[in-house]
Amino acid sequence: MPQGPDIAPGRLTDVELALNFSDAHPPLTHAQAVVEADRCFYCYDAPCIEACPTGIDIPRFIRAIATDNMAGSARIILESNILGGSCARVCPTEILCEQKCVHNTREEGQPIRIGLLQRHATDWQMDHGGQPFTRAAPTGQRIAVVGAGPAGLACAHRLAMHGHDVVIHDRHALAGGLNEYGVAAYKLADDFAQREVDFLLSIGGITFEGGKVLGRDMTVASLRREYDAVFLAVGLAGVRSLGIEGEDLDGVMNAVDFIEGLRSANRQTVPVGRRVVVIGGGNTAVDASVQARRLGAEDVTLVYRRGAENMSATPVEREWAQTNGVTVRLWAAPVRLVARDGVLDGIEFARGRIGPDGRPVYDPDDTFVVAADMVLKAVGQTFMPDPLNGESIAISGGRIMVDATGQTTMQGVYAGGDCTPGEDLTVAAVRDGRDAAEAIHAAYMAAGR
Amino acid sequence: MADLRTNFVGIRSPNPFWLASAPPTDKEYNVRRAFEAGWGGVVWKTLGEDPPVVNVSSRYGSLDYNGTRMIGLNNIELISDRPLATNIAEIKSVKRDYPDRAVVVSLMVPCVEESWKAILPIVEETGADGIELNFGCPHGMSERNMGAAVGQVPEYVEMVTRWCKQNTRMPVIVKLTPNITNILMPARAALRGGADAVSLINTVQSVIGVDLDLMAPMPVVDGQGTHGGYCGPAVKPIALRMIGDIARDPELARLPISGIGGIGSWRDAAEFLAMGATTLQVCTAAMHYGFRIVEDMTDGLSAWMDQKGYATIADVTGRAVERFVPWNRLNMKFKTIAKIDQDACIKCGLCHIACEDTSHQAIARSKVDGERHYEVIDEECVGCNLCAHVCPVDECITMQPQPVDGVLTWPEHPSNPARVTVGS
Repeated sequence: MPQGPDIAPGRLTDVELALNFSDAHPPLTHAQAVVEADRCFYCYDAPCIEACPTGIDIPRFIRAIATDNMAGSARIILESNILGGSCARVCPTEILCEQKCVHNTREEGQPIRIGLLQRHATDWQMDHGGQPFTRAAPTGQRIAVVGAGPAGLACAHRLAMHGHDVVIHDRHALAGGLNEYGVAAYKLADDFAQREVDFLLSIGGITFEGGKVLGRDMTVASLRREYDAVFLAVGLAGVRSLGIEGEDLDGVMNAVDFIEGLRSANRQTVPVGRRVVVIGGGNTAVDASVQARRLGAEDVTLVYRRGAENMSATPVEREWAQTNGVTVRLWAAPVRLVARDGVLDGIEFARGRIGPDGRPVYDPDDTFVVAADMVLKAVGQTFMPDPLNGESIAISGGRIMVDATGQTTMQGVYAGGDCTPGEDLTVAAVRDGRDAAEAIHAAYMAAGR
Repeated sequence: MADLRTNFVGIRSPNPFWLASAPPTDKEYNVRRAFEAGWGGVVWKTLGEDPPVVNVSSRYGSLDYNGTRMIGLNNIELISDRPLATNIAEIKSVKRDYPDRAVVVSLMVPCVEESWKAILPIVEETGADGIELNFGCPHGMSERNMGAAVGQVPEYVEMVTRWCKQNTRMPVIVKLTPNITNILMPARAALRGGADAVSLINTVQSVIGVDLDLMAPMPVVDGQGTHGGYCGPAVKPIALRMIGDIARDPELARLPISGIGGIGSWRDAAEFLAMGATTLQVCTAAMHYGFRIVEDMTDGLSAWMDQKGYATIADVTGRAVERFVPWNRLNMKFKTIAKIDQDACIKCGLCHIACEDTSHQAIARSKVDGERHYEVIDEECVGCNLCAHVCPVDECITMQPQPVDGVLTWPEHPSNPARVTVGS
C-alpha cells in the first residue's frame, strides 16, 4: 500500500501524452479558411468588432483572407492586437466576437469561425512574413514593464514601435505570463507561447529580464527613478484557499500550480492522482480537470458550488470538460477534506440550492463524499498588493486603481491586465497594454521632448 | 402534369431542353449518355470540312466569385476536331436509336456556296432533324473568316442562310453572335435569307482573367493567351435582352427562337421561355455538373407550370414580351419604397452603407435599446432596390409599390424639354 495518496507520474505512454496535449482545435487549411471567409457578410460597423476588447477590424481581415491578401489580413489583426495569435487560440470567442456574429440570428449556432480565421492569418504571418512592423526613430525614452504576460508584452511592443526602449521584468525565466504558464497546454500547443514571444520581440528595442521579482529585486520607486515611465502588469499572484479542514493534506494543491507544472516540465514526469477532484467554476478549473484527465487520471470530478449559469467558464468550456470525461457536479460546497490514516481519501460537500433571497444556501446535514487522491483548488486568484507596499499607488476593490489612460495614482506609473479592474481576459490585457503604451507615448509627445 | 413536348419548326422533342452545340455533344458516347439522362435534344458540335481542325491544349477559363465556381466560363476550343465521316456515322447511329429526340447538326464551312452545297446532303443523309448555322463562334474560326466573322455581317448571314434553304429540305436555324451592336440586324438578315428559326446567344468575346504570375491572359497556352467565348450564368442577362429584342420586334415576331446563354435551372428556363424562346439550349451547367441536371430542370419547370396553370410550353413562350418595353414607355408616376422587416433584420448594416455611400442616404442608422437599428427614410427613398439586393436575408427588405395615380411617360413628362404636348 502506498504511504501517500495514489498520485503518480507516467500513467500514460509518451505516444498517448503527445496526442493528448497536441492542438485541441487544429487549424483550418487555406481552402477551408477561404470557404469560411466567403461566408462572412462583411457587415458595416460590425457587431463582432465591438465585441472584441482590442477592436480588431474583423470583417476587413476576413475579407483579406477571402481575397488571398494574407499579409494584409495579418497586419489588420496585429495592429490592433499583437498577440492575435494566442488570442485566436485562447479567447472565449463564443462569448465575444462569435457570439455577436449576425449569422447567429440567421443560422442558429453557425457564426463565422472568427477565432480559427484569425489563427489562420496570424499563423501565415509568423510562418511567412515575420515581424510586420518597424520601429520609429529612437526617442531615447526608457520604459520599464513589470510582468511579461499579454499586457506587458503588448505594451512593450507598442512602445517599441513608437521608438522607445523597453525593459520587461518578470519573475519567471521565460516571457509569456499566463500564455506560457497558466493556460492548458493543448490550447497553445507546439510551444506557441514562446514562438509568439520571439515574434513579438523581433521588432527590436525590447529587453527581457527574467527572474526579477518586484519588491525583492526592485521597487516601483526605484524603477520610476531609473526609467521615464513604468507599466505594471503583474497579474494575480495570489490564490484563494478553501478555508476548510484538511487543506494542508498531501495531494491538495492549487490548480494554477498544477497547470504551471504541466507547462514547464516533461509531462511524463508530472504526477497526477488516480481520482482527482477540482473545485471551482472557471476556466482554470476546466483547464486543470481536462489536463488531469489527459495525463491519465481515471476519475476527474469538477465540483462547483452553484449552477451552470453561474460558472465563469463558458458553456463551450464546460462541454469540453464533459466530452473529455470530466464529471461536472453543481450546487455543492466543500465542507472538509477527508483523510484515512492521515492520507487524503476524498472531499466532503454540502448540497446547496438557491435560497429564498436568491443567494445560495447549503445544508450542512446533507452531504456527500467524492473519493479523491488529489484535490485541485481553482476558486479564484487575487491581486497581491504586497510588492507595492509603501508606494503611493492606490488599490481599490483589490486591484490597482487606474484612470482612463491606464495611469495609476503615481504619476508616470501605469498598470493594466488582470491586476487592474475589469474582465480577466487575455484579450482585455492586450488592450490594456496597448492603450497604456499609447498613453505613455502621448504623454511623451505632449511634453514636447 | 404540364406537357413539356415541343415542336420547334417541325423538330419535335419530349421536352424543350437541348444540349447546345459544344463539347458535350461532340461524340456519340456523350450524346447517348445525354439522352439516357433525359435531354430532349442535342445540337451536335459543329461539323466543318475535312481535314478537321486541330485544337490546342488548355481550353477553358473560369470566372469564380466568392467561392462559387464557374459563374462564367470561357473557351478557346474550335469546332469538332474529328473527321467528318466519323461524326456523320455517329449522328446517324444516335438518331436511329433515339427517333423521339431532336438531333440538330451545327455546321460551319467556308463562306462559298460549293462548300455548303457539298456538306448539306451528307448531313441530310444521317436523318438529322435540322441544321444550325454556326455564325457565332467568336474565336479562332473567326480568324479564318467563319463563325462570328459571318454573323457580324448581315449580308453574309442572309446569303449563307439562303444557300442552305435552297440546298436542303431540313429546317435551318441560324445561331446568332452577341458580338454586335444591334441583334435585330443579323436576325432580320436571317429571316430574309429564309431561316426557319434563330438561336441565341453564342458566346461573348472575352478575356476571362490574367495569370498574374505568367502575366498572360487565361487560359494560358504555352505562356500566351487569346480571347475566348464567354458563357455560363454570367451571360444570362445579355441573352435575355437579345432574345426579348427579337421577340418584340414586329418584323421578327413570327421567327421562332431557341434560347441559349447561362440556363442552369428550371427557373432560368422559364425566364427564357417568357422572353420568347420555344426551346432552350444548355451547355455550361451540364459541363459543371453533368447531364443529370436535366432531371430537375424538367421536373421543376413542369411543377411550376402546373402551379401557374400553364398546360404547354407554348402557353409560356413570350408571356413577358408585351411587358418588355422601351424605357420611354415606363410610367414615371410609379413609386416603390423599401421596407425593412425589423424582425427578420440581422443588423449587418449592408443596406445602410450601400445606400449611404452609393445611393440616396435613405437608410438611417441608430441604436434602439442598445441594438443596431436600420430604418428607411421614406421621403428620401427613390425605390432603387439596391438595399433589397444587398440584404443577405430573403424577404427582409421588400419593395412596397405605392398607389399610382395615372400614367405619365417621359415623352409627356413636364421636365422633358422635348415633350409631346397635346394637340401638337
